[in-house]
Amino acid sequence: MAEIKVDCTGETCPIPLVETRKALRKAKEGDIVEVTGTHPASKKEIPMAVKALGLELIDVQEEGGMWKIRIRK
Amino acid sequence: MAGKVIIIVHSGDMDKVYSALIVANGALAMGMEASLFFTFWGLQRLKKGGLEKGPLSKMNMLGLGKWMVKRRMKKAGAASLERLLQDFHELGGKILACDMTMQIMGIKKEDLRDDLISDYCAVGTYIDEARESTITLFI
Repeated sequence: MAEIKVDCTGETCPIPLVETRKALRKAKEGDIVEVTGTHPASKKEIPMAVKALGLELIDVQEEGGMWKIRIRK
Repeated sequence: MAGKVIIIVHSGDMDKVYSALIVANGALAMGMEASLFFTFWGLQRLKKGGLEKGPLSKMNMLGLGKWMVKRRMKKAGAASLERLLQDFHELGGKILACDMTMQIMGIKKEDLRDDLISDYCAVGTYIDEARESTITLFI
């Protein structure tokens, strides 16, 4: 089980969503993908994509405009 | 929750090609299938070296407006059209090229970015794909 980190700091629509998807496609079942970023809408929309993909959203954290989302494939 | 999006990319304007690629990439990212059908002015953007050549749909001002918008987009961290197109391809999106436009405008296969194009086709293919799509847009 690997932990894959995706840094989308400073990126805007649709990059955080796209980079999350790219990482999830490459991940193996059970791997954890951790995405960090600053684009406000992506903090809401990445969990929507996780739900649509039928994957597990582990948690969403935010500190000082920077969010971190963890997903299990 | 699958579903499919097909977009007719009729316009070759920079801002409209952005809209099409952003929506299509969003769909793929959220687990849908996506196809882009490039026709008329849109097809010009699939010519080798043509992707970034489109004018702004409004206030282009001989390229000054486009330059200003591009500068602001860069500052905002917006991706280039090339990156969006590559991501679309990598995530399994399908690119369709209208063969009638090619005939009318005298565009040959070798003028286009053949490595990215899944099919050279016509309205029948669009309808066949649109029939099973939940979202279809004309941009």
